[in-house]
Amino acid sequence: MMDKSLFSRLYGPRAWIAIAVLAVVALVVVPLCNLVVPKDSVLHISDYTVALIGKIMCYAMVALAMDLIWGYTGILSLGHGVFFALGGYAMGMYLMRSIGHDGVYKSDLPDFMVFLDWKAYPWYWKFTDHFWYAAMLVVLVPGVLAFIFGFFAFRSRIKGVYFSIITQALTFAFMLLFFRNDTGFGGNNGFTDFKRILGYAIATSETRMFLFALSAVVLIAMLLMARYLITSKLGRVLTAIRDAESRVMFSGYNPVNYKLFIWTLSAVMCGIAGALYVPQVGIINPSEMSPANSIEIAIWVAVGGRGSLIGALLGAGIVNGAKSWFTVAFPEYWLFFLGALFILVTIFLPTGVTGLIAKLAKRGPA
Amino acid sequence: MSDVHSTGAGEGIVDRIATGEVDTVHGPILYLDEISVSFDGFKALNKLTLTIERGELRCIIGPNGAGKTTMMDVITGKTRPSSGTAFFGQTIDLTKLTEPQIAAAGIGRKFQKPTVYENHTVFENLELAMKTDKSVFASLKARLSGAARDRIGGVLQEIALTERAYHPAGLLSHGQKQWLEIGMLLMQEPLLLLLDEPVAGMTDEETMKSADLFLTLAGKYSVVVVEHDMDFVAKIAKTVTVLHEGSVLAEGTMDQVQSDERVIEVYLGR
Repeated sequence: MMDKSLFSRLYGPRAWIAIAVLAVVALVVVPLCNLVVPKDSVLHISDYTVALIGKIMCYAMVALAMDLIWGYTGILSLGHGVFFALGGYAMGMYLMRSIGHDGVYKSDLPDFMVFLDWKAYPWYWKFTDHFWYAAMLVVLVPGVLAFIFGFFAFRSRIKGVYFSIITQALTFAFMLLFFRNDTGFGGNNGFTDFKRILGYAIATSETRMFLFALSAVVLIAMLLMARYLITSKLGRVLTAIRDAESRVMFSGYNPVNYKLFIWTLSAVMCGIAGALYVPQVGIINPSEMSPANSIEIAIWVAVGGRGSLIGALLGAGIVNGAKSWFTVAFPEYWLFFLGALFILVTIFLPTGVTGLIAKLAKRGPA
Repeated sequence: MSDVHSTGAGEGIVDRIATGEVDTVHGPILYLDEISVSFDGFKALNKLTLTIERGELRCIIGPNGAGKTTMMDVITGKTRPSSGTAFFGQTIDLTKLTEPQIAAAGIGRKFQKPTVYENHTVFENLELAMKTDKSVFASLKARLSGAARDRIGGVLQEIALTERAYHPAGLLSHGQKQWLEIGMLLMQEPLLLLLDEPVAGMTDEETMKSADLFLTLAGKYSVVVVEHDMDFVAKIAKTVTVLHEGSVLAEGTMDQVQSDERVIEVYLGR
């Protein structure tokens, strides 16, 4: 499958080297510096840093998904947080069931269910004690929701700002649903206090490092898959839909099917990202579905550069890196900074950071 | 996946189309009968009846608001008529198909404002228009064959854009974009071409080149041209149809319609 022509179609040699270097850093250097290098050495990477980078890599997957649907296809979703959270909740259910009797109440049921007076698991918790079933839910729940939602929205030719508003309403509705104590998802506390995953203690450095490395592998795989898509004719059709949808229709393509495909795929990518995020962060609650969270996803992509996959990764990294520093240094100013960043990027850098880099590269050495 | 919302009735037709079977043995390629379209009580088309013969080059003129663009919308599935029938060949009921199905059936449409994919190269624009399986998974796996490249090369020559093949279409001049869009229609291998003001914004030289191009297209394809430029119409038209207030006012040769009293009154005389 990965013959030479496919290699060169996806990326040029320099980009491949960059990807290989990042893979080596994530899979060899970081684990060594975290697990082997002694804690008092300058080369040591703390568990905190590993968790932070792991989290940002999950966000980067969401940014890739957002870039496919917004940057390449021109459909701005302001509700991608819901798919991320659903994937996270599906994984969270498995992690809750893995706690077993080690909770505060030593019960068959998770603590929040005892606390909220549940007597048995509701039907949708069935089989979630099996990892592979939960993993299937991670893909299927966001995928099916996106497919049904997209089917009706795209078939009705809902576009532009109207579509964005509906997606915003979608994530808001799910947030309210999950906030309720009687829906069986732990209310505003969500799921937390996870103890183990696949039998391994979840808080050890080794498990965390495994999740970190897995996130890196999935992120790179998603990047290459997205690149494969956008360099195919399908990718050119998506961009054509963004630029002149009526022409696409009158050329004999049914844009509904194309939008539905990329929209559903994008949602599934978010679900997987959410499932990798939850065990690393140790909590999932309905605030992940807040409208502001979904808007932030769009900001990552706008900052990095719409219509550039590397841009989406950079954007997620830059904004979240800034966020983790800002929220420690000046917690009360973070939202002002985020808003200002969005305005400045929109006005001065419509093509984002990657656009700026490309411009400077053109002007610089040449 | 490829036919998520096609109706049951449409699928049989699509199969017929897939086999290239547009039945024009016993009559015209396009047949509009008593088509009416109203928008909030305003009759954009009022019992419009029109037939286009196979291989014909027909010019349609008429003042603003005569219903020219609405007629194109009805033929291409963008607007559903409130009454009347529209047939492509003998068997294909256009009022029951979606825009992509109609395009696949063999009707190509050029918009009034040139509509090309500005971020794609000229070559890619033609590639995307090419007649082929246009389902999602076919596009994912698609590879350009040598024959397809030759075909794109041929059309590039026909529309005089060979040297701009690898430039983004957004950088073309207005007239070149018009040609590119016409080239995209040719890539679709349609039977009927609908051209909405194809020479608007072209220089005189480009307009004359276009006239030559359209004359060579007639015969090979059936061509319907909606145009305001009278000199251009006079140069290419054999039969001219004049629309007024949503229905046909007059039809005939350029000389006939130009001497028609009613036509002079509503249109040419102004």
